[in-house]
Amino acid sequence: MTVTVNGQPWELPDGATVADVLHRLGAPARGVAVALDGAVVPRAQWAHTPLAVGASVDVVTAVQGG
Amino acid sequence: MADDPLIIAGREFGSRLILGTGGADNLAVLERALLAAQTELTTVAIRRMDTGSRTGVLDVLMRHGIEPLPNTAGCRSAAEAVLTAQLGAEALQTSWVKLEVIADDHTLLPDPIELLDAAEQLVEAGFTVLPYTNDDPVLARRLADVGCAAVMPLGSPIGTGLGIRNPHNIEMIVAQATVPVVLDAGIGTASEAAQAMELGCDAVLLATAVTRAEDPPRMAEAMRLAVQAGRHARLAGRIPRRFWAQASSPDRR
Repeated sequence: MTVTVNGQPWELPDGATVADVLHRLGAPARGVAVALDGAVVPRAQWAHTPLAVGASVDVVTAVQGG
Repeated sequence: MADDPLIIAGREFGSRLILGTGGADNLAVLERALLAAQTELTTVAIRRMDTGSRTGVLDVLMRHGIEPLPNTAGCRSAAEAVLTAQLGAEALQTSWVKLEVIADDHTLLPDPIELLDAAEQLVEAGFTVLPYTNDDPVLARRLADVGCAAVMPLGSPIGTGLGIRNPHNIEMIVAQATVPVVLDAGIGTASEAAQAMELGCDAVLLATAVTRAEDPPRMAEAMRLAVQAGRHARLAGRIPRRFWAQASSPDRR
């Protein structure tokens, strides 16, 4: 299935979860947050949140700024 | 000034200088600047992981026990800012947010309508909201009224280094403030940071003035001293301005 991750189209196996996206991105253990279709998914839910076809996932982290 | 802490939302800070981390080319230099500033609270931005943005800043802050303050820089609408604040809270496990909602790219001035809307929503959601605002006493009052923990008026637009363009407005904001006032944006050099404190601000937030200085650690040190000097001068009470001279030595006759 195709989903959008940080604006890019990604091919993932059916049943893939938010945690799978984080794993493939090589996200660090801390300082990361995820929004699925514009709503925050708490860390504890990542492994239990499957993605639907066409889902939009944003993975963010803290960078220099402000 | 250990006996004169900055208190925001019940939390005490020994330092009245809040730094931003934007604009630094080199993380090691930024680290030395943060230490020279002796800051306890420092802003970071929240960005997508794949943008090639400068990460690693969090490790630096954690190494020195400096509290990261996520901001909503770059957001143009209340909805965007609220989501970014929620992401920042999740990423950094904090309920504090520096709320920025800007109107356009060339002034980077806050959009007052969206800002107040976002502030209200985030306060309602339990956030400790520190809004970057215009130097508008009425807007500052409205932000405090909806429950913001501080108000952070600009001295001049972000990154301009033009100093405090409307000192009287800052004084009016201070005069009616029910929450701490943090002068945020526009500071170019140490005297302007001191001026902010002399005007009665409770703290100063700056980034560019340090990170883009030729010698960031040295400028950070200058800012630390300036904020302390300005705070002392404010508390000491300056003399009234006079038109004619007044001798300070005894009369010779």
